[in-house]
Amino acid sequence: MDAFTTPLLAGTATGALLLIAALGLALTFGQMGVINMAHGEFLMAGAYTTYLTQQVVTDTDLSILVALPAAFLVAGALGLVLEVAIIQWMYRRPLDTLLVTVGVSLLLQQLAKDVFGPQGDPVHTPGWLDGHVDVLGYHWPYRQMFTILLAVAALATLGALLKYTSYGRRIRATVQNRDLAETMGVSTRTVDRVTFFVGSGLAGIGGVAVSLISGTNPNRGTTYIISAFLVVVAGGLGQLKGTVIAAFTVGVVTAFFTDWFSSSMAQVLTFALVVVFLQLRPQGLFTLRTRGLA
Amino acid sequence: MFLSRSRLASGTALALAAALSLSACGGSKSGEASASASCVDTSGDTIKLGFLNSTSGAMAISEQTVRDSLSLATEQINAAGGILGKKIEPVVEDGASDPAVFAEKIQKLLTGDCVAAVFGGWTSASRKAMLPVVESDNGLLFYPVQYEGLEASKNIYYTGATTNQQIIPAMDFLKSKGVKTLFLAGSDYVFPRTANKIIKQYAAKLGIKIVGEEYVPLDDDDWTTQVAKIVAAKPDFVFNTINGSSNVGFIKAYYEQGLSPKTTPIISVSIAEEEAPAMGKDVTGQFAAWNYFESVKSPANAAFIKAFQDKYGADRPTSDPMEAAYTSLYLYKNLVEKADSFDVDKINGVADGVAFDAPEGKVTIDGENHHIAKTALIGRINSDNQFDVVWSSGKPIEPDPFLKGYAWWDPSAK
Repeated sequence: MDAFTTPLLAGTATGALLLIAALGLALTFGQMGVINMAHGEFLMAGAYTTYLTQQVVTDTDLSILVALPAAFLVAGALGLVLEVAIIQWMYRRPLDTLLVTVGVSLLLQQLAKDVFGPQGDPVHTPGWLDGHVDVLGYHWPYRQMFTILLAVAALATLGALLKYTSYGRRIRATVQNRDLAETMGVSTRTVDRVTFFVGSGLAGIGGVAVSLISGTNPNRGTTYIISAFLVVVAGGLGQLKGTVIAAFTVGVVTAFFTDWFSSSMAQVLTFALVVVFLQLRPQGLFTLRTRGLA
Repeated sequence: MFLSRSRLASGTALALAAALSLSACGGSKSGEASASASCVDTSGDTIKLGFLNSTSGAMAISEQTVRDSLSLATEQINAAGGILGKKIEPVVEDGASDPAVFAEKIQKLLTGDCVAAVFGGWTSASRKAMLPVVESDNGLLFYPVQYEGLEASKNIYYTGATTNQQIIPAMDFLKSKGVKTLFLAGSDYVFPRTANKIIKQYAAKLGIKIVGEEYVPLDDDDWTTQVAKIVAAKPDFVFNTINGSSNVGFIKAYYEQGLSPKTTPIISVSIAEEEAPAMGKDVTGQFAAWNYFESVKSPANAAFIKAFQDKYGADRPTSDPMEAAYTSLYLYKNLVEKADSFDVDKINGVADGVAFDAPEGKVTIDGENHHIAKTALIGRINSDNQFDVVWSSGKPIEPDPFLKGYAWWDPSAK
């Protein structure tokens, strides 16, 4: 039985992590057409924030709870700086944003290396996350359940923000038709900045979860960025529903492939499946139907 | 100006090497090749040496420590008068954790900067990328890390362990502990796969059953699924050939799922003093197989540790690859001084038996395969993240990279 439960549960946790990373990308890529390759480094920033929080709040049971909002703010602020300093001059030029943000990503990695050293720093698992529950032969770590809860909470909060708040309405209006939204008095520049802040902040939350898997590492962001983009593209742009389904599908399918073959083979097969899928449905799982002129 | 000087220098070197190869009793062909290719300038009062380590990318975590101990050895040798009276002038390059960059940079060091020898490399992929370059330029590379063996180049000196000095002794140790079942966990590249091939064949001879074998790519850190298989297989021991920061994810997943050194201890070949405290978990009671531990008691080691910590801080541990890199520079010094020349063929001619009182104990170069005789040690991690030596081969083991002396080894078997 554990041949089934292990990949399913472990894969769901991987999917949850992918979802947190992809939510922010789905927002910025979907809304602004910005291909932000530095998004993974915001994840890294979140991980380092967790590490730093543990240096200040030495009670590890408590520090992780402090780290969550702190990581959101730090990564969000980084995103905001990136938007104001660079991205805002490149809207509607997705290829330029791709190239520039690759540069920013390398810059941030080197910065982390210079500040914290090339050696990763340890992040201690809080006592209440240290352990596992036996599910049909699989020792399911509390950490994986925590990651799933985190993803669900992030999704619910983001969903509520988009649906019920006035900022959410403005964001949706901008995604659907930027020019029309502007004529209706929406300051799309402000909306873009808020979106970038929230999207990057979510990556910071993901960084907290990543730090619990393996501590901090200057290169950790690059591990997740490609998979996260894969999820966004497969899910379809402009809708969170597709991102959610794609994230968990990629997570679970990869886990099963890992179980049956090997970790390397699983990555190859998952990529191949997504490529085949995109041949059949180039627009992804779901697309936003709009009457946009552009 | 620069052109004419370097031409003059290479002309002198040519004449010198030609004279030497005439007097030498063989290999005159390769001697001529080196003379025409070499552009090493030995006329001044400094000698250029290349340090090629990754200071960026996934391997920077480990390779920076090697760079640090190379710098220490340089400082010490220069303070004591240099090599053949010439001060070492290091030319440093970043391998960027990318084998292609290693190949490109060693080419640049050998033919652009005209260094007399290069020190560095960590992953086997980086060494394999540098091998054809250093051979075609007839340069010298000193490689400081334990590796999977099955290689010997006249242009490379291997100062880390080959398999019969680390992997095979580790299996002997497991046998002596009464281990019956073993699980193999490794990163997905040449070292762990080759090491595990050797482990499986030796285990069959020792009567140890392999109950699982899992690999995860070097840049991946999530071992949860694979550790679940260890939980299910319930082995007596886990043989860990994971490299780099992926170890952190493995160790975390291991403890999270309720495994412990009491029931399922791990023996590692790449967790040393530097890595143990970076796991974010207390790894007390786990094992590691190396040829050097900071806890080794010898006057040479005490001096090495003191010098290193004076330079880099009292909180910096010393580890096996750092010691092997430190030793490699001193071995090079002894090689050059015995050959009384920086010429590669001249050095190779006198290499056999060149020794150094290294922190790990006396090491001696094997002139045939360019590896060094080393003592194998098994350490158990204590609560200070230091290793208590629990097993030793007792004396240096002669290097046997192709395992010719081991009848059970069949390189063609799957």
